Amino acid sequence: MLGALFMLPAALLLLMLLAYPLGLGTWLGFTDAKIGRPGQWIGLDNFSFIIGDSLVRLALFNTLFYTIVASIIKFALGLWLAVLLNEHLPFKSFFRAIVLLPFIVPTALSAIAFWWIYDAQFSIISWALVKLGWIDTYIDFLGDPWLARASVIAANIWRGVPFVAICLLAGLQTIPPSLYEAAALDGASGWQRFRRITLPLLTPIIAVVMTFSVLFTFTDFQLIYVLTRGGPLNATHLMATLSFQRAIPGGNLGEGAAIATAMVPFLLATVLLSYFGLQRRAWQQGADR
Amino acid sequence: MAAVSIVAVRKVFGATEVIRGVDVEIADGEFCVLVGPSGCGKSTLLRMIAGLEEISGGEIRIGGTVVNRVAPRERDVAMVFQNYALYPHMTVRDNMSFALTLAKLPKPEIAAKVARAAGILGLEALLDRYPRQLSGGQRQRVAMGRAIVRDPQVFLFDEPLSNLDAQLRVQMRSEIRELHQRLTTTSIYVTHDQIEAMTMADKIVVMRDGIVEQIGAPLDLYDHPANTFVASFIGSPSMNLVPGRLGRPTGDTARVHLDGGGTIDVMAQGVDGQRVLCGMRPEHIALTTPDVALAGDVVLVEPTGADTQVVCRIGGHSVIAMQRDRVACRPGERVGLMPDAHRVHLFDAASGSRLAA
Repeated sequence: MLGALFMLPAALLLLMLLAYPLGLGTWLGFTDAKIGRPGQWIGLDNFSFIIGDSLVRLALFNTLFYTIVASIIKFALGLWLAVLLNEHLPFKSFFRAIVLLPFIVPTALSAIAFWWIYDAQFSIISWALVKLGWIDTYIDFLGDPWLARASVIAANIWRGVPFVAICLLAGLQTIPPSLYEAAALDGASGWQRFRRITLPLLTPIIAVVMTFSVLFTFTDFQLIYVLTRGGPLNATHLMATLSFQRAIPGGNLGEGAAIATAMVPFLLATVLLSYFGLQRRAWQQGADR
Repeated sequence: MAAVSIVAVRKVFGATEVIRGVDVEIADGEFCVLVGPSGCGKSTLLRMIAGLEEISGGEIRIGGTVVNRVAPRERDVAMVFQNYALYPHMTVRDNMSFALTLAKLPKPEIAAKVARAAGILGLEALLDRYPRQLSGGQRQRVAMGRAIVRDPQVFLFDEPLSNLDAQLRVQMRSEIRELHQRLTTTSIYVTHDQIEAMTMADKIVVMRDGIVEQIGAPLDLYDHPANTFVASFIGSPSMNLVPGRLGRPTGDTARVHLDGGGTIDVMAQGVDGQRVLCGMRPEHIALTTPDVALAGDVVLVEPTGADTQVVCRIGGHSVIAMQRDRVACRPGERVGLMPDAHRVHLFDAASGSRLAA
């Protein structure tokens, strides 16, 4: 009885701050609510509409493309950085702090910086390449659909790598150095030690970190909204940005909520995949089989 | 199998010299124990032999080849680590066959070697388990199995028994010893436990502060410690060291006037009036009546069951006498301590070195 009483504040917080908004959002997806008008229950109408909507399909493609490409590169770069930072470098803690910077800067702020870097007239990249004589005209990074996709992915990677790198670094530090020494004596080369010791021992952490990274990337909003607002030609519209645009500027709350709700199965699948991937590692469990 | 030579080896970490010129010759097939208090450099020396630490000066030879610049994996040595360093994501079988797989041996040969090592160590039933599912003693055995399958030139042991409980330690001690008798591979074993050193070694190297204090067979060190450090390090309980002054020598014997009063006649050579430390092992002191021997006051009586340790005070110095028989004396009582004159060691008080008998 007393125990339940002690749990009450936490339960209330969870209910009010997590369950209620989630429930409301999902419920809105089943109504025809518009701004200024409470909605009526219309069942799956919103969902059957968005399935046929080519823009939603494009947004889904964009989101998957964005998530997959960015996550793979973030993983590769993050792992590489983590391994580098795990070596005995001079000024080690200084470099570790530096790596975290992109993660600390507010996204809106770094997005503005990228906007400036990608600007059609003032881009420092275009300027530098022209000065080097490699190109003649400035590149319109955010004007061409595929260039824009690549550009927002690059910005997302820049922002997401520190999280992956620092988490994997923490994982690397849990591997006892004596395992590497034993492997070295067993005849393993540097690459073999990485392949046969580091990677398998890191997989549980990789699974958790990459789950989070995929979830963050799949639901990304700020970066896109500041950089492109979904343009050009909706080439960078993600599910999250499209959902917001339909719901708030477009006033169509029900439809926006339905798009947002449609993201849930993808996220759930990611979590389940990692959960079952993790569970299969018998060597982590202590007890007898 | 191979002999190992350590010639004038030095190791410097930054400004501190942790190994200051060590020379050890280890013969082919010998079981050599490096022993010393923590921080004496014994583990560092072992890691230098393995190639896990760079050699700052001097030379290490394995089987006649200088290995200073040879990578660990090309030295053909196997090491048993203090924490066992088993690969947690591999089964016992994979742990043991890891080195052989890397060496690209044919599968049937690997299986045969693993089966043989598992047979020697009694690991057959555990081959498909993961390290986490094993007890400390089993992990220890797997670590040894991993070393055995490789059939290396040299086995290196870095305090392999220090994580086991006392009973298991004694058992593993004799198992390692038996294993060595069976395989006769040159072994270098690091420990801080002098009993392990005494019971296992063909040759003991006593180290302190990065230098070798004495090298010899276990009983040599026990019977003829080169200095007071070795004298008090080898043997349990430690040798009693009582300060005194040498009287005029007469023939083979000399008389020591102990600072706390009383005299002992010993077989030793020295200079008249020299300050000395008189070393008497507790097991070499008999208890008698005070009128015929050194008089001392009993401070403490510690029965261990098998024997009894009697702590006495002679002058200001405490002296332990170990008795095979049960003794009836009580604290406060006055007793006579009769050291065996042939087994009293004399050391120069200033240098700590042994005075020749």
